[in-house]
Amino acid sequence: MRSAIFVLVVGVAAGGCAPGARQPTNKAPEPRAGPVASGDAFPSAYVPFPSTPTLIRGGTILTAAGDVIPGGQVLMVDGKIAAVGAHVDAPAGVTVVEATGKYVTPGLIDDHSHLGAGPSPAVPALANVNERTNPSTPEVWVEHSVWPQDPGFNRARAGGITTLQILPGSANLIGGRSVVLRNVPARTVQEMKFPGAPYGMKMACGENPKRVYATRGPSTLMGNVAGYRAAFIRAREYKKRWDDWEKAGRDSTKIPALDLGMETMKGVLEGTILIHNHCYTAEQMQIQMDVFREFGVRPRSFHHAVEAYKIADLLARDSVSVSIWADWWGFKMEAWDAVNANLALVQQAGARAIVHSDDANGIQRLNQEAAKGMLAGREIGIQVTDDQAIRWVTANPAWALGIQDRVGTLEAGKIADVVVWDRYPFSVYARAEKVFIDGALVYDRTDPSRQAVSDFELGVFPGESR
Amino acid sequence: MRFQCTLAAVAVAFAVPVAPLAAQVIAIEGGTVYTMAGPPIENGTVLIRDGKILAVGVGISVPNGARRIDARGKIVTPGLFESSTHIGLAEVDAVETTNDFVAQGPAGTATSDLITAAFNVADGINPASMVIPVTRISGVTTTVTRPEGGLVAGQGVVIDLAGSRLDDMLVKSPAAMFASLGDASRVAGGGARAGATLRLREVLDDAKQYAARRTAFERNETRDFAESRLDLEALIPVVEGRLPIAVEAHRASDIRTVLRIADEYRLKLILLGATEGWMVAGDIASARVPVVVKALDDLPASFERLGARLENAALLRAAGVLVAITTNTTHDARNLKQEAGNAVANGLPYEEALRAITLYPAQIWGVADTHGSLEAGKVADVVVWDGDPLELLTRVNAVIIGGRPIPLVSRQTELRDRYRDPAAARRAYGADAAP
Repeated sequence: MRSAIFVLVVGVAAGGCAPGARQPTNKAPEPRAGPVASGDAFPSAYVPFPSTPTLIRGGTILTAAGDVIPGGQVLMVDGKIAAVGAHVDAPAGVTVVEATGKYVTPGLIDDHSHLGAGPSPAVPALANVNERTNPSTPEVWVEHSVWPQDPGFNRARAGGITTLQILPGSANLIGGRSVVLRNVPARTVQEMKFPGAPYGMKMACGENPKRVYATRGPSTLMGNVAGYRAAFIRAREYKKRWDDWEKAGRDSTKIPALDLGMETMKGVLEGTILIHNHCYTAEQMQIQMDVFREFGVRPRSFHHAVEAYKIADLLARDSVSVSIWADWWGFKMEAWDAVNANLALVQQAGARAIVHSDDANGIQRLNQEAAKGMLAGREIGIQVTDDQAIRWVTANPAWALGIQDRVGTLEAGKIADVVVWDRYPFSVYARAEKVFIDGALVYDRTDPSRQAVSDFELGVFPGESR
Repeated sequence: MRFQCTLAAVAVAFAVPVAPLAAQVIAIEGGTVYTMAGPPIENGTVLIRDGKILAVGVGISVPNGARRIDARGKIVTPGLFESSTHIGLAEVDAVETTNDFVAQGPAGTATSDLITAAFNVADGINPASMVIPVTRISGVTTTVTRPEGGLVAGQGVVIDLAGSRLDDMLVKSPAAMFASLGDASRVAGGGARAGATLRLREVLDDAKQYAARRTAFERNETRDFAESRLDLEALIPVVEGRLPIAVEAHRASDIRTVLRIADEYRLKLILLGATEGWMVAGDIASARVPVVVKALDDLPASFERLGARLENAALLRAAGVLVAITTNTTHDARNLKQEAGNAVANGLPYEEALRAITLYPAQIWGVADTHGSLEAGKVADVVVWDGDPLELLTRVNAVIIGGRPIPLVSRQTELRDRYRDPAAARRAYGADAAP
């Protein structure tokens, strides 16, 4: 039984970080000066929760950086990992978390989620994932769809998720801009936005766009590909206009016209916005690699990639990661050739394998999905180590999101996103016991005051039912 | 190693055109046997003959010529039992012609018929479905394959996941009438829950009338009935309490409504889903109604599921309710053990979780005389595991259905093996013949 009434202590703490009392003013602010593509118009307002220096000691540490340290220690100071090892020097007065018999891993990262944009409850008013009005909508930004009160964020945190990418849906060839979030309780999406994380651009291959736009087109795979290429040709021209303007001395009387969608695509061409491409089948992924090569860009990750195992060598050659399920299959033709060993086979070929969720339920158990992938490897003699499997849900998605230097491993200097599991994390019985984000305890299974409840869920459990 | 050789021999033997079943004697020896009928038996033997379990215990003598499966250090359980699926009726979700579990016409249109009690799914079952091997090699040997849709969806059946003909597979038909009350069926009541219950009561009343006055009906001497003759016929065993009615309901108040109607009409009720069941667990327990839950549903996915929580199965069981666990899926039914394992992580006692995917569903769906436990006389659906059956890293070593060893292959393992060697992809298409 869950006990008592959940109190959102962490939320209160966040309130304490807000600016002091100020008289309201109705004076309009100056327009922001930064370039549209950079996202300066929607700055992150993320402030780490308060933390105290904390030493986790005695647990088995999976660093996701090659080391497994039995009975090791992790020291977190000022929101950063200060030291990791068999024994570390901790300052006096440090808060100690006893983890003997437990496991310690980096915070889990899901690079494919629609939380907030397609939240629980699944009612039409809250369905904001797909801008299904045009096959190509690079101009939309999914952060403008995110409802921070989606209870799924809290459920995901209880499953150890500390960072996640919210993507637009897959109805469109080009679905719009993604956003990377810190999984903290918040009132606004900007209070969650990962400061400095690159944006992504969602693209989709295959059945979804051709089904959604069957009557107006594209209605075939070749129609899909024509759509990507047309968009990139436009983007290249757009970029050239701006580059020429820059080279010619930024004449303020000749500023090229701004185009929201092309601003995102220009970021893609410049490599500052990462391509996340929903694409299931082997032959379509290969065509996409040709398309991207045509325009001098590289996809960061193919998502779903059910047939990645068929072209794992090509993915490794081009350093494309794949963000995949352990075992989803059968829901459509392009998911018909799924095999459980997909993760292991991709890893064996030297490409980056990532376990993603695309699901508000699955995101709560990425560790279990990784375990299923390990088993499928073992069944064909591919020994996936604990360190490799934990990378599927930490370091590898961090790389896909372009934040690998900041999160995803337990190494000194990284952001202190850490999960303490009550046992071996690839056990079906394992549960995240403590979750730290920026070194702050944001979830504790044993402490109801550290189990955030969204506004939406208040009143659901009336007193007499508890 | 020795064990693997034994398995290979089993697989090869299976590929040879079938020794007559009667000749097959199989002994699974040395494992820890979770019979589900009592405490686990260490170093036990499960002896199988003619498709049935002949004996289970310690020190059972194995006849000469029996096929021996070495299960030392392994766990032996009954085959797992999935309580709610479309296996056999569904191949690719998005390929409409491969789906045969809804007989109501296009949903949400004027032509949809939301009460199709006469629809029994059995004739539509495809023993050659690709989903069947994928599922059974995970240890799931038995399913309730069911219809879907509307207020009364039709009749579901219990099947074993082996055999090339429907007759080989069918364990019980019908096993239950399927219905729903809540978001999914309010449209049948003109867009209101109480409208749906009004329709349900009308249908049940008509069935009772029809049962009492069949002769008069044939002579056209009865009042008009709202449903067809076939539907009314199919509902007779339901209103007579002989055939269970399995009703999907999630909101606590909907569950109470279903309990009320079942009591009014003296129906043999099974609750499905019951997302908020834990909130009314006492009522369910005192009505002695069993519940089939999806253990992993913990999101307020709709306004009828606001109370979703992972402890549902544990809390219902603690209140004395008979609980079976389901994935409530088709392609992912192979994850049944993961559902059960998570129920354990959230408070359900371990052996209760095992029973929730073996013995209890057999009892709930009325096939416990032949299924659900390892006891002499029951059908030999047996799985050998190399560890805890609920653990994610545990391998299935052997699956036996109806006394027949099942080769551990599926379309998926064939695809995997075609591509497992990165250099072999082209060989897969015959290029290995090239110099």
